[in-house]
Amino acid sequence: MYNREQLRERASSAIDKKGAIGPDINLDEFDDAPVPHSYMADEELCAIPEQDQKQLIMAGLDVTKKERGGTYFQKDTEVIHCHTQQDGIEVIPIKKALEHYDWIKDYYWKLASVDADKYTAAVELNLHDGYVIRALPGSKSVYPVQACLYLEKDGLQQNVHNIIIAEEDSELHIITGCATAPHMKRGAHVGISEFFVKKNAKLTFTMIHNWAEDMIVRPRSVAQVEEGGLFLNNYICMKPVRSLQMYPTTHLIGKDAVARFYSIIVGTPGSEYDLGGRIFLKHPGNRAEIVARTISNGGNIIARGHLIGEVPEIKAHLECRGLLLNGGLIHAIPELEGRVDGVEMSHEAAVGKIAQEEIAYLMSRGLSEDEATATIVRGFLSVDIPGLPPQLQAEIDRAIEESDKDVM
Amino acid sequence: MLQIEDLQVKLGEKEILKHIDLEIRPGETHILFGPNGSGKTSLLMTIMGYPQYEVVAGKITFKGEDITHLPIDERAKLGVGMSFQRPPTINGLKTRQMVRLCAKDEIDEETLAKQVNFEGFLDRDVNAGFSGGEIKRSELLQMMAQAPDLMLFDEPESGVDMENISLVGKTIASLLQKDLPDVETKSKMQARLNRTKMGLIITHTGYILDYVAADKGQVLYDGMLSCVSNPHEILSCVGESGYKECVRCITENN
Ligand SMILES: Nc1ncnc2c1ncn2[C@@H]1O[C@H](COP(=O)(O)OP(=O)(O)OP(=O)(O)O)[C@@H](O)[C@H]1O
Ligand SMILES: [Mg+2]
Repeated sequence: MYNREQLRERASSAIDKKGAIGPDINLDEFDDAPVPHSYMADEELCAIPEQDQKQLIMAGLDVTKKERGGTYFQKDTEVIHCHTQQDGIEVIPIKKALEHYDWIKDYYWKLASVDADKYTAAVELNLHDGYVIRALPGSKSVYPVQACLYLEKDGLQQNVHNIIIAEEDSELHIITGCATAPHMKRGAHVGISEFFVKKNAKLTFTMIHNWAEDMIVRPRSVAQVEEGGLFLNNYICMKPVRSLQMYPTTHLIGKDAVARFYSIIVGTPGSEYDLGGRIFLKHPGNRAEIVARTISNGGNIIARGHLIGEVPEIKAHLECRGLLLNGGLIHAIPELEGRVDGVEMSHEAAVGKIAQEEIAYLMSRGLSEDEATATIVRGFLSVDIPGLPPQLQAEIDRAIEESDKDVM
Repeated sequence: MLQIEDLQVKLGEKEILKHIDLEIRPGETHILFGPNGSGKTSLLMTIMGYPQYEVVAGKITFKGEDITHLPIDERAKLGVGMSFQRPPTINGLKTRQMVRLCAKDEIDEETLAKQVNFEGFLDRDVNAGFSGGEIKRSELLQMMAQAPDLMLFDEPESGVDMENISLVGKTIASLLQKDLPDVETKSKMQARLNRTKMGLIITHTGYILDYVAADKGQVLYDGMLSCVSNPHEILSCVGESGYKECVRCITENN
């Protein structure tokens, strides 16, 4: 039962509770007071300075909205643009949804726990906003919906709560980015996301993070996938960040439900990443896959993955490959947990440096050592993601191309 | 011209090439024979510039330039290219992209690939899961795109099936400007003058000789090029009496 008072009480009790993993953050160092920004019409959106537009594009937000099914754009604490241009796809700011729609109460804090830690608590106690994106039953999104959470005010703590619902037989593609304004240095982003993939629905969620060097990032996400549903989750972070920790959980709660997680991380010096995913396979025919590609240029990366097979006739695979380019640390922690006979679970993990033999091979074709290295790195990062619409694959490819220069 | 003088090479602690003298003039293709482990691949890798093959003495000159200590890519830029016996897999790099990287200019990789029956592999990662024969065709395709002046082929026909072998053989011949002469070739002299490409081909079977008009055969034995002769002669001699006998007999005759 939805009871906001009760949620707040539980949140209050967890206000000092440390996260289960990852370095503890003192949130008092950040300011979470609202930052007013006025709503922007289409023309204004297109008139954003070019330098900022570039930041946005890197995070998947195209201000022209061409080939986009809808847009949600939040700057600091305010929604500055929210629009849908496709029947059957709804995009609503969560505060508005909580005010006007009863149905949201069946989803709000239904998967994530409000008292999980100080971050979940902070979001409930001072919710800035967030998006609700819903595909109505049977609707198929032609173009992806784009959502962007932008930070401009230095020292801000942004608290958001997102809910994504793919109703029965629907198909929904979302590209979401978080980015910081070029001048911004320090801040915190705390985001709750709850994903509901209903019977035979397909949801692809591609998240591109583009942070400032001194950012603290604590996403908290939980998903559930019903019978025959597919949840495809891609995460790309190739820019520096002070500390990023997340461990999204997915529950496959109907037979033949499938979840696939792909992540591509580049860790720069001074950055600390602790990420991974956990998937519970609870019904026969469930499939899960976690694929991570990490590169360290001197940053510290912990790449986790945890697959839990609770019933027979499930299949799960975990793949974690790390490349040490320039010092740093990559710590792969793959976990497989088969709880009954008849599960089929596997993992492969490899951490190393670029093979000299591969560099030499490309050099023999006329590439310089640097070009050869860049080519191999690009190849390493290019994962084929089955079922991903071509536009989204293109976004990922672009992110990789763009960051290429930084990687070297 | 490629000129190798008194070359000595070490791999780790092991002396693998003791004394190599070799000269390949523009327009010439040589065939390199030798038992397993005799150092044939090592010689090619040394010419290509693989740093683990440490040149302890001697000199390699190409187009008048001393390349003994040049890095691999600079040799490639000068026009040295190699088709490898066991190339590494490069995950995430499509064969199509690789072929484009090899070419200095725009190329049509589909058309090139068709020539060696390889269109179906362009969208696979370079060498990932390629069979033995497929690797050879992939390497050959890269040579076609790169079109270097000196081509080092390490067993280009090993493992290639009967249907593809003539394709591979003819393609190598045309890359090296060494197609077998047609009966009615009028201006053989002219053709010879126009030839600029140089080739060094390692073979065990000699099948390649059915397609490529090679100029010389060389036998690498005991770290040395122990004989220079007509490649067909070497092949039949080795076939009849083995490398040891063959090397002795020919050395004595010289
Ligand atoms: N990494 C290595 N460590 C030790 N020995 C090596 C290494 N690589 C090659 N060798 C040795 O060097 C010698 C020459 O090898 P090479 O590959 O040049 O022979 P090859 O003539 O090409 O043989 P094949 O006909 O079998 O291809 C062999 O005895 C081989 O075992
Ligand atoms: Mg060899």
